[in-house]
Amino acid sequence: MTEKTEARPAANVLLVGVGGQGIVLASQVLARLAFDAGLDAKQNEVHGLSQRGGSVTGHVRWGREVFTPVIMEGEAHFLLALEELEALRWAHFVRPDGLVVADSRHIAPASVTAGGEQYPEDIPGRLREFAETLSVPGYQIALEMGVPRAANVVLLGALSTRVPGFSAGEWKAAVSAHVPEKFLDVNLAAFDRGRESADR
Amino acid sequence: MGKKAKRQLMFGNEAVARGAWEAGCTVATAYPGTPATEINEFCAIYPEIDAEWSVNEKVALESGIGAAFAGARTLVSMKQVGVNVAADALFSLAYAGVNAGLVIVTADEPGLHSSQNEQDNRFYAKFAQVPMLEPSDSQEAKDLVAVAFEISEKHDTPVFLRLTTRVCHSRCAVTLGERREVPRRPYVKNSDKYAMVPSHAYKRHFDLEKRQTMLEAVAETFEGNRLEMRSLEYGVVTSGISYMNVREALPDFSTLKITMTYPVPHQLIRNFASQVNKLYVIEENRPFLEEEILALGIPVEGKQQLLRVGELPASALRRRILHKESRQKHAVEGLPKRPPQFCPGCLHRGIFYLLGRKKLIVTGDIGCYGLACLPPYDAMDTLIDMGAGISMAHGFDKVVEDGERVVGVVGDSTFFHSGMTGVASAVFNRGVSTWVIIDNRITAMTGHQPDPASGYGIDRLPAPRLDIETVCRALGVKRVQRVDAFDLEAMSELLDAETAAKEPSVIIVEGPCVFVDRASRSDAWEVDQAACVRCKSCFRLGCPAITIEDDEVRVVAEMCWGCGLCAQVCPRKAIKRGPDKVGERASPRALDEESGA
Repeated sequence: MTEKTEARPAANVLLVGVGGQGIVLASQVLARLAFDAGLDAKQNEVHGLSQRGGSVTGHVRWGREVFTPVIMEGEAHFLLALEELEALRWAHFVRPDGLVVADSRHIAPASVTAGGEQYPEDIPGRLREFAETLSVPGYQIALEMGVPRAANVVLLGALSTRVPGFSAGEWKAAVSAHVPEKFLDVNLAAFDRGRESADR
Repeated sequence: MGKKAKRQLMFGNEAVARGAWEAGCTVATAYPGTPATEINEFCAIYPEIDAEWSVNEKVALESGIGAAFAGARTLVSMKQVGVNVAADALFSLAYAGVNAGLVIVTADEPGLHSSQNEQDNRFYAKFAQVPMLEPSDSQEAKDLVAVAFEISEKHDTPVFLRLTTRVCHSRCAVTLGERREVPRRPYVKNSDKYAMVPSHAYKRHFDLEKRQTMLEAVAETFEGNRLEMRSLEYGVVTSGISYMNVREALPDFSTLKITMTYPVPHQLIRNFASQVNKLYVIEENRPFLEEEILALGIPVEGKQQLLRVGELPASALRRRILHKESRQKHAVEGLPKRPPQFCPGCLHRGIFYLLGRKKLIVTGDIGCYGLACLPPYDAMDTLIDMGAGISMAHGFDKVVEDGERVVGVVGDSTFFHSGMTGVASAVFNRGVSTWVIIDNRITAMTGHQPDPASGYGIDRLPAPRLDIETVCRALGVKRVQRVDAFDLEAMSELLDAETAAKEPSVIIVEGPCVFVDRASRSDAWEVDQAACVRCKSCFRLGCPAITIEDDEVRVVAEMCWGCGLCAQVCPRKAIKRGPDKVGERASPRALDEESGA
């Protein structure tokens, strides 16, 4: 995709995490954000067996014209990770001039808990070998708020401070379009906490 | 023109359903299978479409043929391997043709995200002589459904619509249209056309070949087959999602986008090939278009550079055609893998723990329980196709010797799909097999579609429930027992007794799918650190809620479903749940959020 100096520049966002963490919802919010701003947007997600606690990805792309819904290796402007090991697993997708936004949460896979493999150490340090990295305690914040499931929205909040071209209001409208009304207030609060955490 | 047409982001599968609705479709049938499942789920949302989950793809297609003969525009959808099940009907249907339009959606899976193979169903189009259309995105998917119905009715043929996973499961902008009501076409008795006895079929075969010639001409001028000239140096013949990947990775290359994949437009390809210096063909899996082009005597490069295995994303084209590497470093190697796992509280965990521990030969089947062939269970020897869990056990039993014990395993949906016939056949042939039917009364892996064990239909309204025990007894199995999926001792005793019996027997393992029965959750268990000796026996259950931190085995309360299997396998009785914990529910775990697909 050609880079353009526009008010809303084209971007590729790769979302990664563990099946069940809310990757699909976060991907939908991002696609909606761009689509509602009048951009061409495409989003791809994983269904079926991989959702059962496996490694999961969601691709979101926007711009004037988007062809493939799947991001090329080394071409993601943003890598949004809901779990650290998954951030490292997919780090080769982020552009060297891109940004990794990673939850500091660790979820040990069965290969570690039962299989005797080691969970990697100093992941943020290793991520920085690929691109600038913003480590966010998203899950911790969501836990403190009593809504561990909203960690994905906390991360979206953090990401929103670094994605050019969209106002906080536009972000919140996109979040509102995809969370159940019952949980809207708490999700918007989680989004704000994410924004604050990135500002610090 | 009136108000501006509404545009919205739509899933490929959702767009197919929308296209069917707009085109006046009134009947939709399917059996769930990733990546096709949501097509029928979205069809069911429209009140004008009578949608149902059939018990298998053959039944879905046959019901669909009935509806189309009777005069209703009909959509039948299935995953790629489903077409194998439906193929018996397909080939004769191609002879008979249709009355009202009949569109068969095949959702193929290059990259086998959730499938047992990567079969390329374009060959079915050629094999059965059924035209095939292939969209590259959601908009085209929607538009092509209407086109497919028109071709179907105009040329008196079923029409294939082929999607692949990345088209099925990508969202992009779609312009919505209105529904066009299509009145029922009268049904007129015509056994020469609809009843394929040899004398009729012989005549229909001539009609089929005539139609084939006509469709070959249609393909040459088909609007969706699009020639886009850019560079005169390089040209690419491509189709489906590969077109999008080509546009992304090779933006300067001229393209011939083939949207009618069968019949292949030979003249159009000749014309395109004559305008470029070097011709490529880029397609996932088999060299379907490539063989057609080579047969025309046109030099083309395709599978010499490109893999036949897996998907061909833009990254792969950049590397293999342009010989350009990513600007980023390579992937980190040697990271701990994270395969999918049974959910905490899953009914499959206990029975496969036992089957693995008992070192039985287990002939397995398709479902979430396919995970049982992986560690820590290693409890499934075979997985071939739906229904094979039942029939293959019978085959093993013919050959194995004393000391080798065989158990066939299927789920409830699989049992009704094609397990019942295997039971009937084995009983009739004096078989002695032991079958475990794991019954959670739902088709779980594909996202919880109801089946005959559920007691409700696709519309969630009550429907007759077929009782598996009664069915098995009616099929001639005398030993049929039911057991609680969370009672290890009872299941263990039953497995020993039934595998020793010299006659057919069925063990029905009953429990809910945690996604469907949220109320099955109970208080979390806890590890008494004073009693725990870190023997890790509980780890053999492969439960994501059991973990080890700072050398302490722990149950993660927010993930624990309270099933209690860990307490049963702990040799020290160190996993406990005190009365003081009652009522103190853990917060809903993350898995609440996405209810599968």
